[in-house]
Amino acid sequence: MTTTTLAVLVPLLPFLGAAAGLLLGRTAPGFVRPLAVLPVLASFALAVVVAVRQGGDQAVDAATELTPTGSVPIELALHIDGFAALVALLVGFVAACVQIYSTGYLRDDPRYPSYAALVSLFTSAMLLVVYSGDLIVLLVGWEVMGICSYFLVGHYWETPEARAASLKAFLVTKLGDVPFLIGLFALATDAGSFRITRVLGTVAHGGLDHPTLIALLLLAGVAGKSAQFPLHTWLPDAMAGPTPVSALIHAATMVAAGVYFIARLLPVFEASRAAMLVLAVMAAVTMTGSALAALAQDDIKRVLAYSTIGQLGYMTGALAVGDRGAAVFHLLAHGAFKALLFLAAGVIIHAAGTNSLAAMSRMSHLRDRVPDAFWTMTVALLALAAIPPFSGFFSKESVLGAAEHVATGHTEHAPGAAGWTVLVSGLLTALLTAAYATRLWLLAFHGRGAEAPDHGRQPLTMTVVLWVLAVPSLAVGAFAYRTLPDWFDGRDLTPTLTTSVLGTGVALVGGLVTYAAWRHTTALASRVPLGAVAAHAEGDAGQVEAEAIASHKPAYGDVAYAPDPADPGRLLLGPLHRHAAVGFHLDAVYTALFVRPVQAGATLVRFLDREVVETYVRGAGALPRLLGSAVRRAQTGNLQTYVSALLAGTVVLVVAAVLVATGA
Amino acid sequence: MHLAYPVVLSALLFCTGLYGVLARRNAILVLMSVELMLNAVNLNLVAFDVWLSKAVEEALHSGQALTLFTIAIAAAEIGIGLAIVLAVHRNRGTADIDKLRDTAEGLEGHPADGSDSDAPTAEQADRTGKAEATA
Amino acid sequence: MSLAAETHGFLSPTGVEIAFLLVGLVTFGAALVTVTTKQLVHAALWLVVALGGLAVEYLLLTAEFIAWVQVLIYVGSVVVLLLFGLMLTKAPIGRSPDADSGNRWAALGVAVAAAAALVWVVVDAFRATWIDLDGPAAGSTDATGASLFQNWVLPFEALSVLLLAALVGAIVLSRKAKTGVSQPTAGKADTGPVTAGRTQASQATPGKTSASQGTAGKADREGTP
Repeated sequence: MTTTTLAVLVPLLPFLGAAAGLLLGRTAPGFVRPLAVLPVLASFALAVVVAVRQGGDQAVDAATELTPTGSVPIELALHIDGFAALVALLVGFVAACVQIYSTGYLRDDPRYPSYAALVSLFTSAMLLVVYSGDLIVLLVGWEVMGICSYFLVGHYWETPEARAASLKAFLVTKLGDVPFLIGLFALATDAGSFRITRVLGTVAHGGLDHPTLIALLLLAGVAGKSAQFPLHTWLPDAMAGPTPVSALIHAATMVAAGVYFIARLLPVFEASRAAMLVLAVMAAVTMTGSALAALAQDDIKRVLAYSTIGQLGYMTGALAVGDRGAAVFHLLAHGAFKALLFLAAGVIIHAAGTNSLAAMSRMSHLRDRVPDAFWTMTVALLALAAIPPFSGFFSKESVLGAAEHVATGHTEHAPGAAGWTVLVSGLLTALLTAAYATRLWLLAFHGRGAEAPDHGRQPLTMTVVLWVLAVPSLAVGAFAYRTLPDWFDGRDLTPTLTTSVLGTGVALVGGLVTYAAWRHTTALASRVPLGAVAAHAEGDAGQVEAEAIASHKPAYGDVAYAPDPADPGRLLLGPLHRHAAVGFHLDAVYTALFVRPVQAGATLVRFLDREVVETYVRGAGALPRLLGSAVRRAQTGNLQTYVSALLAGTVVLVVAAVLVATGA
Repeated sequence: MHLAYPVVLSALLFCTGLYGVLARRNAILVLMSVELMLNAVNLNLVAFDVWLSKAVEEALHSGQALTLFTIAIAAAEIGIGLAIVLAVHRNRGTADIDKLRDTAEGLEGHPADGSDSDAPTAEQADRTGKAEATA
Repeated sequence: MSLAAETHGFLSPTGVEIAFLLVGLVTFGAALVTVTTKQLVHAALWLVVALGGLAVEYLLLTAEFIAWVQVLIYVGSVVVLLLFGLMLTKAPIGRSPDADSGNRWAALGVAVAAAAALVWVVVDAFRATWIDLDGPAAGSTDATGASLFQNWVLPFEALSVLLLAALVGAIVLSRKAKTGVSQPTAGKADTGPVTAGRTQASQATPGKTSASQGTAGKADREGTP
């Protein structure tokens, strides 16, 4: 088979698996697990073959036009360069891990068939986005991901948190998608084609008429999908979904789509310096703000969610300084260790029966209950904190290195201001990242108090996946930074000495400071008892998690916050803690700016409908009502009256007919 | 003989029956009036048949045949009708037509307005109950 | 025809016409009494007069077979049946003040209007039409039988099916009301011979058929109370 055929099969197989899973889910439950796992695994294998055949050489391009579609043609096109091949590899890998993990995690869930099918569909959509060489086809995958995220985040729709979170995820990403769509049209109008290759060709010749406008419109969609400030608020709330879904959304799909999209169309953004500056500022605000917020979260998954936003900030930062190699490198490394973090967090939540770090910090021996999760999570957290030699170190150093490169004025791609912004905020975020990673690790695994409940060993499907994912987090970075440039633009990804020392230094400082703060505050933990444990601790992991999420607000007063004086984050952040815990009140701002006016408008419309329109309707109904009551009076039920009326009418008609017929 | 005589008599008899159907209270009297109307039609049929059988060469005597049929059907009708009247009388204790007003609108204390939606169902339920009592 | 009709005036009626008019007046009067009398049983008896008068009218129109069928079925069975019906519904003997419903004035209006319209139309249409009653009788048994069994066999047989259906219907309606356990067997014993007789009767003239049907319904009803 040619590479093109294989590449077409890569997104197609999970799609067929999803369709078959949805069709057979009720009738043949035995086929659901194979149908969920096998197509994704096969598509991963095919992605490997495609990547090997492509090998970072000349991009594979293929296109077929199904039908003429008006002035700007839409083609089913493939465009596989090194970026696409490697990102597809990551997507397939993480999706396969998530599907295997889900068979254990949602073992007893009655809605598992539809869940698995939606995960497959999600994967298929992301693979479509990755391989597509046509912007409209890309948009199809982009939107399918949006609707799938809505369904998957709302998997536990019995809880109000999940319902609200799924709606929020859908609406916020759609808020970005509308300008995105307009931007796509504007871009295609300027370039005369939706094909990415032709668009890039047009850009190379300076053929774009409105580069800044197009770039900013596209940026809005990317901000929504990749959870960048100010459209990131859906991501922490999306934690209301099952943990494997969080892993999938955060690591490989959905949020990666935005970054990947900019990486593909980077020349379009580079055509506008303003857009690059906006991108840099957006990245800087996103990463520092989310890192601060992550330090204050109580829900273990929300910490990880804010950390995802921060790491995405690094990627957009790398893009803002015009280095897409670094961005995609970080995307790949982050995809691996973030998937691992989430899946391990799922195991921990299952074992502890709670998602609250405050409650975990009052449990001893939690790490002995889940040794696999403990070790793999330690690896992943070290990678997240960018400690050498874990993969996160290399990818983050490549980002910081690129920023430093631009800041010192070595390139013409991007403005120097963007470089400085990214560099400074990147170093600050490195400090904070190490701090919240350390905090997470200490609170989760070094709690003191009652022993953690023992529910026996975790399912094998869940623990094996953790170790499989730990391998790339542990090792890939060191090998990849030498080979990856061949796949990408050829720019060097080797860490520079200055940024390495600076980055590792601040990371170590962050970790040590947090440790010191923890030593200082941990004595308080025993004084303030806190804790909430799921009611059905023996159920499967999905049920435990759903109960933990549902009970967090009643137990602590907020989904993200716990009044825990033993929290080192509280000591470190000081007065900022209160604001950081609620995401710097951005939700409140949105409520005031959008939700309230819309609700007020709805109230007004309701008032108009109930009081004004209804009055007219009632007024119009008065006459028929009157006539109706008059006619009703005639319905006496007396048959003779009816027949009398009937015959009287007949007589009148007959006389009339005779008169007319005789011409009288 | 002038055709007008039987035809006018027939018309008058028919209208007499009509009056009886509309004005009589007892169902059996109504049936009698129906018989009068049927007979008026029969007279018409016979009169026209006699006229046409003389006026036209190939007459089928359709009028007389139809008269016989009408008589037979009238007999069947009176049998069924009386059976119905007796059944009604047995169940309701009356054979008065103007007391059989189940199809009347608003007899069951129809609310003025507001609950238009559920009033018919309540009424229907009421009627169903009554029908069951009848059977 | 029309020329012949011109010669016959309304002012010089023949003997047949005078007889027809007189009998017609009696019939009409009896019919009026039937629909207005306050005594229910009298109404049935006046109905006999009206139906008998009609039979005479048929005779005057030379339809002799129809006339005898009329006497046999209407006067013989239908009126008897109606009388039974009156008794079974416990109709009051003597004057009942509420024989007419409140609808009578409307009914009167409708009836008079209908009568006026009908009379006006038929007189206007047929005032010059003349029935030639001379020659062979148009409604002799011979002629009627010939036309009935030559041209009207199929409707005739269809009618017998209709009568059977009516018979079964009458039985079902009567049975339905029964509540006891022993009643249905009595009803069944009742219907058995009737059905047998009915099959036989359907071969005969319709008049006879309905006569036997009438008695069957009567016998059935007698068993009910």
